[in-house]
Amino acid sequence: MISNSQLVNKYFRHNKKFPHIWCPGCGIGTILGNMLRAIDSLAIDKNDIAFVSGIGCTGRTSVYVDFNTLHTTHGRALPFATGLKLARPELNVLVATGDGDATAIGGNHLIHACRRNIDITTIIFNNYIYGMTGGQYSPTTPHGDKAYTCKLGNIERPFNISALVEAAGATFVGRTTSYHTLQLQNIIKKAIQHKGFSVVEVITHCPTTYGRLNRKGGAVEMLKWQKQVAVDKSRAEKMSSEELEGRIITGVLVEKELPEFCEQYDTIIEQAQNQVKGKPA
Amino acid sequence: MTKKTSYQLMQGNEAVAEGALAAGVNFFAGYPITPSTEIAEILADKLPENGGKFIQMEDEIGSIAAIIGASIGGCKTLTATSGPGFSLMQENLGFACLAEIPLVIVNVMRAGPSTGLPTSPSQGDVMQARWGTHGDHPIIVLTPSSVEEAFLYTIKAVNFAEKYRNPVIILMDEVIGHMRARVSLPPLAMVEQVNRVQPNMPPEWYLPYERSASGVAPMASFGDGYRYHITGLIHDAKGFPTANPNEARDNIRGLFAKIERGFREICLVDYELMEDAEHAILAYGSMVLSARSALEQLRKSGIKIGLIKLGTLWPFPRFALEHYLPQLKTILVPELNMGQIYREVLRVNAGKAVIEKINRVNGTIIAPDEIVKTVKGMVR
Repeated sequence: MISNSQLVNKYFRHNKKFPHIWCPGCGIGTILGNMLRAIDSLAIDKNDIAFVSGIGCTGRTSVYVDFNTLHTTHGRALPFATGLKLARPELNVLVATGDGDATAIGGNHLIHACRRNIDITTIIFNNYIYGMTGGQYSPTTPHGDKAYTCKLGNIERPFNISALVEAAGATFVGRTTSYHTLQLQNIIKKAIQHKGFSVVEVITHCPTTYGRLNRKGGAVEMLKWQKQVAVDKSRAEKMSSEELEGRIITGVLVEKELPEFCEQYDTIIEQAQNQVKGKPA
Repeated sequence: MTKKTSYQLMQGNEAVAEGALAAGVNFFAGYPITPSTEIAEILADKLPENGGKFIQMEDEIGSIAAIIGASIGGCKTLTATSGPGFSLMQENLGFACLAEIPLVIVNVMRAGPSTGLPTSPSQGDVMQARWGTHGDHPIIVLTPSSVEEAFLYTIKAVNFAEKYRNPVIILMDEVIGHMRARVSLPPLAMVEQVNRVQPNMPPEWYLPYERSASGVAPMASFGDGYRYHITGLIHDAKGFPTANPNEARDNIRGLFAKIERGFREICLVDYELMEDAEHAILAYGSMVLSARSALEQLRKSGIKIGLIKLGTLWPFPRFALEHYLPQLKTILVPELNMGQIYREVLRVNAGKAVIEKINRVNGTIIAPDEIVKTVKGMVR
């Protein structure tokens, strides 16, 4: 496996001013690092990767890494990526998006990308809060938890992102946490290899806002919490619904083969061109 | 398209679609909206026939996002919409201005605000096209006044977008969009196609936003070996975000400078009967048709009047007016809005001639007789 210093030298931009913008203890770097390890293990040429991100803390991932990188507008990473993928189907298109970016402002694009089954790998960094704007509740903030726009507790029910994208038709859904780094690497690797629209939901932590407001401790305590609540799909299948209360099921949750959008469009082009040839001059 | 010039009866929206194909557009993303839908329907058929691609997105925000993505992939891209959809596109339009992504948006205008009068003509989006997205930015807006111009200006729009790495908007009123007329289609080989300048230096030397002598930076497509960063943040020559005041200044001023440099080329203006004119009608879009008819009647009754026809609305072709101001006593500006270009005319006129206007916002057009009557009142 690639060492950390090799990883940094190979994939981080040499001409970009560091340090990065993330707070101490943030989980985003762990997810980004393991995304890079997954890419490295697949030996994909950097020129063949387009990495598209939205807005927010997660949106900033794209600027640091040495791929074709596109930092888009809030919630819109997926339709930008859709146009790019359709224009250049040979590219491996990866999208990094946060819980607010993907499921609030970009929720419509997310469900339609799932339905369309275009070959894009989407990694959703779910830290339950809007971090960059200072800690407002997001569509995944648990009921009763606090944020700066719900200091008395959230009265909205959260999305279960993996269930949402499965229902919307994603052909690959994986979920893990920023604690389970090997599983994270493996799931991202499988998601990239999957032909079709794939979503990897990564449960992570924002010690600065969500952690502080909800007295979850620092980054270490929040990582320990991820370790405690996560239960692998194989184990979860043998557990009762009472036992699964408050637990997060991890692993590859959905994996199915269905016709991919770009490949189907190629057959449309073929049919349309045959029709034209068949027409009298 | 054949080897000789052919003539075809077609609708304005159809002419836009044909113009897009002639200009080399090979990617369209859109969302259905009246009165622009024909453009999407025609391109959904014709793009795949030519090896191009069409996608119907979940909304207009997604539509413009998808054409930005495809343009970054190297495609020539276009979308078509009407007022409500154009409103939804505004944020990403600003992204394309700042990131300097070539693309064309066709807005077949309908009477607004809001859902408005869906199939009635209007020219109400003139200022929105100029300033609809937030922040200071340059924009190119063309407006055809005939079906043939719908064809020609679409080609121009695609070429300007590629040349200047800037979004170009075609504002077309519903009259032109749905009018049928004979259009001469030149042989494809005769159509000028401009392609964006691509980098030819080794990738390690490439600075994606370093402007060349033309004021425009070469644009690499993703996947061509030039790995770089594109962002909606103010950025330096490397494309990386910056908050350095000097770099921020260079970024924004550079956007304006490239359009200012092309100002004369971008400004499409035609003059009719202006040599001896003492009065003028300044019109664009379907108002040109009413103005021409009025002009004929007015000339017959001995009034020395001409027509200044704007094909470009933004940047505002102020020289078109300035050139004739010394000889003009009055200028009439008929518009299907509350006077959006009228204000520009007032600004450029600076008190020299008498400026009159006719405004219509009820979904009907301004008939030639009304123009004749108004001019006669002005001249008296």
